[in-house]
Amino acid sequence: MDPSSGDLNASLSTGTTIIGVTYNGGVVLGADSRTSTGMYVANRASDKITKLTDNVYLCRSGSAADTQIISDYVRYFLHQHTIQIGQPATVKVAANLVRLLAYNNKNMLQAGLIVGGWDKYGGGKIYGIPLGGTVLEQPFTIGGSGSSYLYGFFDQAWKEGMTREEAEQLVVKAVSLAIARDGASGGVVRTVTINAEGVTRKFYPGDALPLWHEELEPQNTLLDILSTSKPEPMDS
Amino acid sequence: MENSSYSLLSSEADSQRTLYPYVTGTSVIGIKYKDGILMVADMGGSYGSTLRYKSVERMKPVGKHSLIGASGEISDFQEILRYLDELTLNDSMWDDGNSLGPKEVHNYLTRVMYNRRNKFNPLWNSLVLGGVKNGQKYLGTVNMIGVHYEDNHVATGFGNHLARPILRDEWHENLSFEDGVKLLEKCMRVLLYRDRSAVNKLQIAKITDEGVTISQPYSLKTFWNFSAFQNPTVGAEGSW
Repeated sequence: MDPSSGDLNASLSTGTTIIGVTYNGGVVLGADSRTSTGMYVANRASDKITKLTDNVYLCRSGSAADTQIISDYVRYFLHQHTIQIGQPATVKVAANLVRLLAYNNKNMLQAGLIVGGWDKYGGGKIYGIPLGGTVLEQPFTIGGSGSSYLYGFFDQAWKEGMTREEAEQLVVKAVSLAIARDGASGGVVRTVTINAEGVTRKFYPGDALPLWHEELEPQNTLLDILSTSKPEPMDS
Repeated sequence: MENSSYSLLSSEADSQRTLYPYVTGTSVIGIKYKDGILMVADMGGSYGSTLRYKSVERMKPVGKHSLIGASGEISDFQEILRYLDELTLNDSMWDDGNSLGPKEVHNYLTRVMYNRRNKFNPLWNSLVLGGVKNGQKYLGTVNMIGVHYEDNHVATGFGNHLARPILRDEWHENLSFEDGVKLLEKCMRVLLYRDRSAVNKLQIAKITDEGVTISQPYSLKTFWNFSAFQNPTVGAEGSW
């Protein structure tokens, strides 16, 4: 099979960048929007931040099928749990339900997940659940193939007690940097901010993101540039 | 413990597999000292060659008399902690004034680990179990294949190769707390230099008849200022 036709048997996966960050009052979840089957981009505008309950969301990376079915099961369990206890589920309970599926089926699943949300007992919380089903509560966490390019960035840029705006800007900048270098990440940046007041979804289209090293300002056509620029000097 | 009650959450068909670890902790070292047991572990959770998590607590108290330290797959350690929770809960429900000692907890863990090994579905860990009950000190280890033993000093992973020789030479009966801590730190510093998955953020735990204390996380100084390190290849350019 030559490279141009791609690997037609490659499984559908969210080669991805996902991020969850706590701030002073809540959490910000962020993700790119590329879903690939091998070299082909199956969906350039996917939504990888999935609602589990009104106050808890899940960032999905790894196999699209595995993470979709996990989120469906956990949404189902959390719905029943909410009815049973008569109040919104806590983020910790949601994370543990995800853990049970991820850990007990570790041989069959390929799912790297971030659970984030807000509840009245713990405030904003982020739980990272990598392959294998370990659960780690963290002030921030990154996941997906694009996250490899962000460890150094977060080591330097993260600080405790950010404001909502600072946290959102950090997440957008980070996903955008990962998209620049990770072939498996791309498209738009989606963020979901969860706090006591509720949930806000934001959308940053690919052309609204900052430009990084060796990237050029997008144009409509070459003709626009030719008409405005002066003739370039000739080399002798 | 059994998956049958979680049939929605896991498949019964999948029972014949030796898996591989994803998020792993490195060495744990334990020694007996004058008043009880001292144990040390760093706070790293590696994801393959990436030092991904740097605040993982790999030592936890168990009941009133024991302390467990784990290396290997962290998700399996988290599951072991749940088993131990159930064990200690059932033990206290007897309400008979007796509580599980470290030797009993170690034996329980050994059975769990060995039985999982026999089913080709191991808990991918090496565990250190230490404790004191009624003045009697106990220090043991058990790993994913069920090998278990007690000794005055035990270690897991790289610690077996780098720390135990130091301990064989310098450990003695009735170490003071200060001498014990310094000895463990000496071992951890060597591991920091020579173990690629070591992380410079560690906790030391002690357990005595009074109970368990786990220190706050801290970092060790390292020493690089040797003349031999300055220009090592000056006599043989291209070498290292």
